[in-house]
Parts: sequence; structure tokens; C-alpha cells
Amino acid sequence: MKSLEELRALKDKMQGKIGIRHDSDTEVKVVVGMATCGIAAGARPVLAAFTDELAKRGLNHVAVTQTGCIGICQYEPVVEVYVQGQEKVTYVKMTPQKALRVVNDHIVNGNVVTEYTIGANMNK
Amino acid sequence: MQEISLNILDIVQNSIKAGADLVGIGIVTRNGLMTVTISDNGCGMDEEQVRNVTDPFFTTRTTRRVGLGVPFFKMSAEMTGGSFSIRSEKGVGTTVTAVFDTTHIDCMPLGDINETIFLLVTQNSCDFLYTRETDSASFTLDTRQFREILGGIPLSSPEVAAFVKEFIAENSPD
Repeated sequence: MKSLEELRALKDKMQGKIGIRHDSDTEVKVVVGMATCGIAAGARPVLAAFTDELAKRGLNHVAVTQTGCIGICQYEPVVEVYVQGQEKVTYVKMTPQKALRVVNDHIVNGNVVTEYTIGANMNK
Repeated sequence: MQEISLNILDIVQNSIKAGADLVGIGIVTRNGLMTVTISDNGCGMDEEQVRNVTDPFFTTRTTRRVGLGVPFFKMSAEMTGGSFSIRSEKGVGTTVTAVFDTTHIDCMPLGDINETIFLLVTQNSCDFLYTRETDSASFTLDTRQFREILGGIPLSSPEVAAFVKEFIAENSPD
């Protein structure tokens, strides 16, 4: 059973190693809309998928944050990806599966997943 | 919303938006009644706002003219024959309480409350005091304790987040 003792041991282990992320090291920001509209449309599993996948891959330069309603509720769950020095990309109607693809294609390999962007979904 | 735990996630966003540095989330299930309490020390609301907050056509946001979070939560409690109340004081904070009759056919499942709590505590900078009580067990998670142990290591760092996830899964009653 996990206990606070174990957390103490984990902390001691982590302190010895460098590379703990500080917010200032962030190069990529993933922002998930977590207002009523987003949550009702399924934003929670999407947020969980991003945090899990980034942790699994050890991508410490990526920060996941949340935001409120940005006014395009019909496209929720909405995720914005900010890569330093590049234009913001807005992904719409996200799912956990799509989140994995965004991590792999966009965040790791630098290729925007055009078919999930708001531009590609506007007239659907 | 398909789960009460999604309502809870939604209502807590209001506390975060209100600038709270401590948010209490309590879920107590006793004899078929489940009481959910969300309390914060955020900016609070004046009397008029408190009166209006359960009105779906009242909202403080500017992106659109409806605010459904609190009305949804109220509705999901009241349709089980339960109750809903909200108390708030400007500059002090807000407490939202909802009581659900879990034996009622219209009561939504609590759902994946562990995922709600995990995401809240690891993805936000404010502190959380989460308590879960059932007839036979109780569980408390206080992020202030976690942060004290961790020093400057963020709760969102992958190793710590993985610990928090398991800590909740192993210790929290169903």
C-alpha cells in the first residue's frame, strides 16, 4: 500500500538526479479546455491521456495546463498546442486516441495533425 | 454530464477560477445518501451573485451567455430527491453542498472519482484536501502534506504523479 513514507523515499531518490522540470524550462504547452462544455464533451479522459502519454515518454519539456471556455463549445473537447516560436494549433473534438497521435506526430515529431485541427473541421 | 465525478471536476474549476489556494472536496456516503461538499477560500460572491448562480442564464464569463455548471450539479442532486445549497461570502470563500439519494433510479453513478481527484491535485498549483468516507472506510489526501515532503518538486512531475495515482487507487474506498 502506498504511504507517505514511500513518497519521502521517492523524493530523496529524485533529489539526487537533475532534470526535474521547472515551469521556465517549458518549450511546449498543451492547453485543455476544462469548462462545463469541455468536461461534458469528454475533456477529462483527454487530459488524462495527455498527462499519461507525456509521462510515459518522459517528455519533461512539455507542460499540460487547463483553461476555461474559449467560446467554441460545439467543438469540445478542444486542445491548444503551443510550440515555442510557432503558431498555436487548435485541435477540436478530441478523444484519448487522438491525443496519443497529437503527442506522437506533433509534439515528438513536429508534424501538425491537420485532420484534427479546427480548420479541417469547420464545415463538418 | 454522465458522472457525478465530472460534475465535481466542473464545480472545482469555479474554485480555482476564484483564486482559491485551498479547495476542500468531501464525499461522504452513509446509508444510501451521498453528500458532496466543495469548499474554497477563493474570492467569494456577493448576495446577488449567489442568488443568480443556479440560473443557467447567468454567467460571469464573456465568451457566451449561459453558465450551466452549477445548474447541472443542482439538477443531478435534486432529481434523486436530494438537495443542493450554496453559501458564499465575498472575500472569504464559497461552499457548495449537494446531497444525492444513491438508491434513486435517477442517481448518476459517482463514476471515476479517482481520475477527477488525480487530475485536480497533479495539474493545479492550489492545494486540495480530499476526504472520502463510506460506511466502512475513510480516506484523506492533503496536498499540503505532499508538498511539505516534496520540497520544491512539483506534484505534476511524472514520478510523483504516478505515485499520487497509485496512492489514490490503493487507499481510497470504492
